[in-house]
Amino acid sequence: MLYSPAIVAEAIVNGLMTGAVYALVALGLTLVYGVLHIINFAHGALLTAAMFAVWVLHSAFGLDPYLAILPLAPLFFALGYAIQRFVIGPASHGDDGNILLVTLGLSILIENALLAGFRSDTRTIATDYGFQVVEVGPLLLSMPRLIGFAAAVAVTILLWMTLSRTDTGRAIRAVAKEKLGASLVGINVGHVYAVTFGLGCACLAVAACLLMPTFYVNPRVGNAFVLVAFTIVVLGGMGSIPGALIGGLFIGVVESLCGLYLGDSLGQIGIFLIFILVLLVRPTGLFGAKA
Amino acid sequence: MSLLSVSHVTKRFGGLVAINDASLVVEAGSITGLIGPNGAGKTTLFAVVSGFEAPTEGTIRFEERDITAVPTHVRARDGIARTFQIVQPFAGLSVADNIAVGAHLRHAGRADALAVAHDVARRVGLDRDLHKPAASLTVAGRKRLELARALATGPKLLLLDEVLAGLNPSEIRDIVPVIRAIRDDGVTILMIEHVMQAVMNLCERVYVLAQGRIIAEGEPRQVCEDQAVIEAYLGKGAAARLSSRAAGGAHV
Amino acid sequence: MTGRALLPILLAAILIGAIPLFVTANTVLNFLVFTLIIALAAQGWNILGGYGGQFSFGHAAFFGTGAYAAAILQTRFGINAWAAFCLGIAAGAAIGWIIGYLSFRSGLRGSYFALVTLAFAEVFRILANASAVTGGAAGLLVKLDVRPENFQFSSRAVFVWIALALVVAVLVLTAWIERSRFGAQLVAVRENEGAARALGVDALRVKLLAIALSGGVTAAAGALYVQYFLYIDATIAYGTWISVEALLAPIIGGAGTVLGPLVGAVTLHGLGEITKTLAGRVPGIDLVAFGALLIVAVAFAPDGIIGLARRLRARIGRGGGA
Repeated sequence: MLYSPAIVAEAIVNGLMTGAVYALVALGLTLVYGVLHIINFAHGALLTAAMFAVWVLHSAFGLDPYLAILPLAPLFFALGYAIQRFVIGPASHGDDGNILLVTLGLSILIENALLAGFRSDTRTIATDYGFQVVEVGPLLLSMPRLIGFAAAVAVTILLWMTLSRTDTGRAIRAVAKEKLGASLVGINVGHVYAVTFGLGCACLAVAACLLMPTFYVNPRVGNAFVLVAFTIVVLGGMGSIPGALIGGLFIGVVESLCGLYLGDSLGQIGIFLIFILVLLVRPTGLFGAKA
Repeated sequence: MSLLSVSHVTKRFGGLVAINDASLVVEAGSITGLIGPNGAGKTTLFAVVSGFEAPTEGTIRFEERDITAVPTHVRARDGIARTFQIVQPFAGLSVADNIAVGAHLRHAGRADALAVAHDVARRVGLDRDLHKPAASLTVAGRKRLELARALATGPKLLLLDEVLAGLNPSEIRDIVPVIRAIRDDGVTILMIEHVMQAVMNLCERVYVLAQGRIIAEGEPRQVCEDQAVIEAYLGKGAAARLSSRAAGGAHV
Repeated sequence: MTGRALLPILLAAILIGAIPLFVTANTVLNFLVFTLIIALAAQGWNILGGYGGQFSFGHAAFFGTGAYAAAILQTRFGINAWAAFCLGIAAGAAIGWIIGYLSFRSGLRGSYFALVTLAFAEVFRILANASAVTGGAAGLLVKLDVRPENFQFSSRAVFVWIALALVVAVLVLTAWIERSRFGAQLVAVRENEGAARALGVDALRVKLLAIALSGGVTAAAGALYVQYFLYIDATIAYGTWISVEALLAPIIGGAGTVLGPLVGAVTLHGLGEITKTLAGRVPGIDLVAFGALLIVAVAFAPDGIIGLARRLRARIGRGGGA
């Protein structure tokens, strides 16, 4: 199958735009992994919860999805903080296997609570700008997805700056490197863990707000994203923020091209095969340091 | 006859040279010591001999056979057993079950393995703790457990990595005869040790490793008087200072 | 094997096996067969996860393979249902060995192993959903032809007994593993792989044997599912639901114990039915309870129900002695 260069170019650009939002979802996951060294299996369910929150705010109060970032980012930060501080931390007794199981339990709980509350219907948000397009050279780009791309890149940079420039960021990096040493110099490790988890959830809230103008939500929607996010995190190197951005963009393009050449149902397979290959061949990721 | 011979082994981790062209020989039936300052590469050398790390260069021969490429579990089957400096008990299992894992190497049946475990536990003085969870043992108990598990594999060569570290003098006094009895039962021993009194007491031959190199070898007493060894432990010029003080009549 | 090990197994078998003699209600028998299928899948997980400490999040890969192999061999190749059932188990064991070989040889463990098993299950789901031989998204129907030689029975009670026989067989297998050299080495690898290798344990071989056994047992559950419901599709066969069920039951019941998976499956599904009755038929409400129970179990009962019972017995024993 040969497509004209214009179609392929459009697929690549579309992939980049999807990839930026993937990157944002992956960012939260990689941040939590980098600091707590756990894989948060509840990440997808929390994304679903954030997307429902955007939908509720829109349908109940008519709040624009983009404006919903203002209340939802802090709200999800607080939610994440509380989950780590009061559920994951105490319940897992510091054992990695337990953390794995607790986050899995959270994921089952949240996903099915949403199913019980909202049923399995798929819901969307209708906005005036949902179908607006921008002409860039020969390409027609969707306006909300372009905004999503720009915002995702901006959040990534913002997060990176926070980690490298602020005191909280320094504390987070200290705990990530050397937990015991950090606690000896007076850093409250439990608090830093919870802040990190909160930041990860805030990333999800922003991602949800950027997604909703063009995407749909149902109780299982997060699963699709979280597997992609795992792939990105593994690909970009566990714990690496630039790795998450580059990995996200790359995966977006791969998915888009696989969809173009293999069709939608098989399109996702490319991602999983990359995922398995990277895990088997180079589990530290393409951009990660060698263990 | 040499049971183990390490020849010209070098181990590099990236740019760091942990072992630099080290050679040593362990005679069958002997207790050989490996001493040296912290960070000298002793534990790395054990890891290379037991197969946990592959040497960058050099060869390991066991019973005259090149085993450099042989994986850890096969070396155990061939008769090399090791203990770990940082004890590694199977924390969720009882003391008896811990030792039985070692005994299973040469005994397929559970009853046989447990019988061996009982026997070994008696030899190292753990027979009262057999049914306790391994996690509940004291430091001294865990060191004995390391020893018992390794012994239960029925080794020809036993690599002991600081089994005396962290023990108090009376515990050391208790365990030294245990180690000698193991040798008298026909097991050759290569031991890393910091407790010099025990080294002097037990070892027929000692190798000194400093900064990855073997800097001295010989009988314990002779090695302790070696200038290079004193300098490796106490810093440059220490040997000269000590001998000048000795000449002045002061004894340290 | 000692009588003490087999006694609880015998008791459980009699207790469950007697139910169809007194109860004929279809809902009860359906519940029993389904719960036993879950218990069987969970027993498979328990061999690898409970005894071996390798947490798989993708046991659907084995359940689905057993189910599809049994269904495809019958419908497309006309192979006898019983033979297809056995081949389904073999296929699950083979897939287990392959996934194990790829991931254990690369040194994957902990969360990485959980992730890679999850990804394998997803790949299989997407493939089964898209390929022609599995019937694609429409799924695969096994022709209704109720004869014993077709592994189809008019009486649900017979299915209860067959499922129970399989569960009991794996109970005995697990009890044997606990007392074997293989079991001792498997547990040693779980507790500390480095120390196990130093004691002459071939960790790779032990883990491969465990995942092959595990895959075979869970595949048996999948093949049994097909014989009972006579239908399979990609979401049932390779969906996350079964991966989660297979893991939940042993954790709740007691991972690394003989009876844990069975106790866990019965508890979970009993609880599921109760929640559904109390909360009405709200979708997902039973799973909300499962998720909460998983967290509570990890927090307060790390050895599951069996562990709680043991601790309780020890306390009563001490109390009685004092």
